Amino acid sequence: MYNFALLDENTKREVRRALLKAIAIPGFQVPFASRELPIFYGWGTGGLQISLSVIGKNDILKIIDQGDDDSVNAVNLKRLIQATTGVQLTTDVFDATLIQTRHRIPEYSLDSKQVFVFQVPMPEPLRKVEHRETETLRMHAEKDYGKMYVKLYEDILHHGEITLAADYPVLVFDRHLMAPSPIPRWDIPKLNMAENLFLFGAGREKKIYAVPPYTKVEPLSFEDHPFSVERSGHLACVFCGSTSSYKNEIPSAGGEGQVYACSDSFYCQSQRS
Amino acid sequence: MGYVGVKGGKDAILNAEKVVEYYRCRKGGASIDIEQIKNQMRFLVDKVMSEGSCYSTDLAAIALKQAEGDPMEAAYLVRAFRSTVPRIAYSLTTKSEEMFCLRRISPSFQHIPWGQVLGPSKDYSQRLIRFELADEKELSIDPPKKEDNSPLDEKVEKVIDYCRKQGLIDWPEKKPEQVPYDITRQPMVFPLDRSARLQRLTRGEDGAVLAFGYASLRGWGSVHPTLAEVRVGYLPVKIKHPYWGTEVTVGQVLVTEVESICSFEKKKIKIDGEEQERYTFSLGYGLIFGHNDHKAVAMSILDRALCSADPQSPVQDQEFVLYHIDNMESQGFISHLKLPHYVTFQSSLDRLRNIKAGKEKGSRKINKGEAYV
Repeated sequence: MYNFALLDENTKREVRRALLKAIAIPGFQVPFASRELPIFYGWGTGGLQISLSVIGKNDILKIIDQGDDDSVNAVNLKRLIQATTGVQLTTDVFDATLIQTRHRIPEYSLDSKQVFVFQVPMPEPLRKVEHRETETLRMHAEKDYGKMYVKLYEDILHHGEITLAADYPVLVFDRHLMAPSPIPRWDIPKLNMAENLFLFGAGREKKIYAVPPYTKVEPLSFEDHPFSVERSGHLACVFCGSTSSYKNEIPSAGGEGQVYACSDSFYCQSQRS
Repeated sequence: MGYVGVKGGKDAILNAEKVVEYYRCRKGGASIDIEQIKNQMRFLVDKVMSEGSCYSTDLAAIALKQAEGDPMEAAYLVRAFRSTVPRIAYSLTTKSEEMFCLRRISPSFQHIPWGQVLGPSKDYSQRLIRFELADEKELSIDPPKKEDNSPLDEKVEKVIDYCRKQGLIDWPEKKPEQVPYDITRQPMVFPLDRSARLQRLTRGEDGAVLAFGYASLRGWGSVHPTLAEVRVGYLPVKIKHPYWGTEVTVGQVLVTEVESICSFEKKKIKIDGEEQERYTFSLGYGLIFGHNDHKAVAMSILDRALCSADPQSPVQDQEFVLYHIDNMESQGFISHLKLPHYVTFQSSLDRLRNIKAGKEKGSRKINKGEAYV
């Protein structure tokens, strides 16, 4: 009933063409005619359309949501891709050739043979300061990012701290401002000069963009207010004890305290054994 | 105290599927027949075809059954299916005078050629619950009789064409037959051209189209039209024969069509090289699959509102209306809030706690590895 990897070949070709353009212009959002898929828009359809368009029979697939291989939506996406391609699944970040993610980059670094696909809810970093697309297009074209710097400056002025938490805006290749998808700031440095290819798909917003290997990716900051990552990364994991991985907080019953645990489930497992 | 990471995502979703199926079937009894849905839930079927953007009463009825009557979910099922089906051809332009009308009214003129025909309209019915329907067992009815001898298959002249002949509205520009802008195959780039806008509107969510149209009518968009005509009927679908190149009718679709006469505009046109000013009414157009008067009327209002060169209110703004009118997109993104957000929320917690710590203890910086508490 359905084609290999669900999408028809013309659709896959269209997505791959958009990907090539995206790779050629790092951080630039390429519009594409995103399809409706058997899962909701907003639930990873952009990442899924990329994965389905680049996947081959010999790929080994890993999908994580919040860093976790066993999270409900990650499992659901894996079910769909496996049912329509029959590819091998893995949780091992070193074995995977294609990795799709929501909200995290794995703690272990990736290599040049791996393709990393992000699910992106809001591809436009300037949407926080300008709601019109015709205007954000102009701003990108003219590299007019003043409004964003003003927002960060006003945050510091009013609150003593930048309020943007995850999905922190980055400048790619000294040219395009880019939304890294809602990864924590902890993961932002992993985008810079990485060995692997990063692909970003926003299905509902119908945009594709990319960070090719060895590309400079810099979070916005000021000389006197440097970029900082979340502190939970340095707290000890209650399971594996790691003090250098992003943690989620586990509230205790009664609300009196909390412990912290790695959000990257494969990393945590491998630290324990 | 021991903590256990939450595992078993796969089991959880498989079990949820079983529970959903249990709820669909739990009371036993006869399964609803697809024909019953098609025949007795026609407005629901029409809504699913319109928002699902796919004309098939069978598919819509199966989807409704699977979705247990949720029209949004059913429309989603239909859309997800249609996006896997390749495009074979685009239909040729059909003139809507060719419509076989079931209903046609004009609020603009009392007496119109071919007359006002209410057809299957609930406009003047009294909304009283008919409790006797609870005990209805069998459906059986004689068709209403037509009392005059006027022919049924004649083309019905359009009210809007009378206005055009009178010079009150401009004739549309004649353009050669062309492949339309296809919003399911071409990226949306703003400003969108009118054919793409009409496609976004016609498959828009019923309630959203209605709400935006209503907002315009109330003054957030300055379109308060007089309807030239509301029609419900069957339009032929014609394509070019792939081998012979001739025009072939391949089927028909039930549609609701509305033409709205909107405020008049001053246009500058050139007649014999001389620039002249001319006043004409502007036009709004609505056309949707199935029978749904209010959606077609609201669509015609929005079509006009989105033609504004200088948007003054949100409903005249293409991005505001067209980005937010689609059921699949709005429903999907609103629903995604139910997905885990542990990582991003942790990041927000970090910011808030840091700001609080800074405010409470001067500008004390928390060191690496130090908790906030």
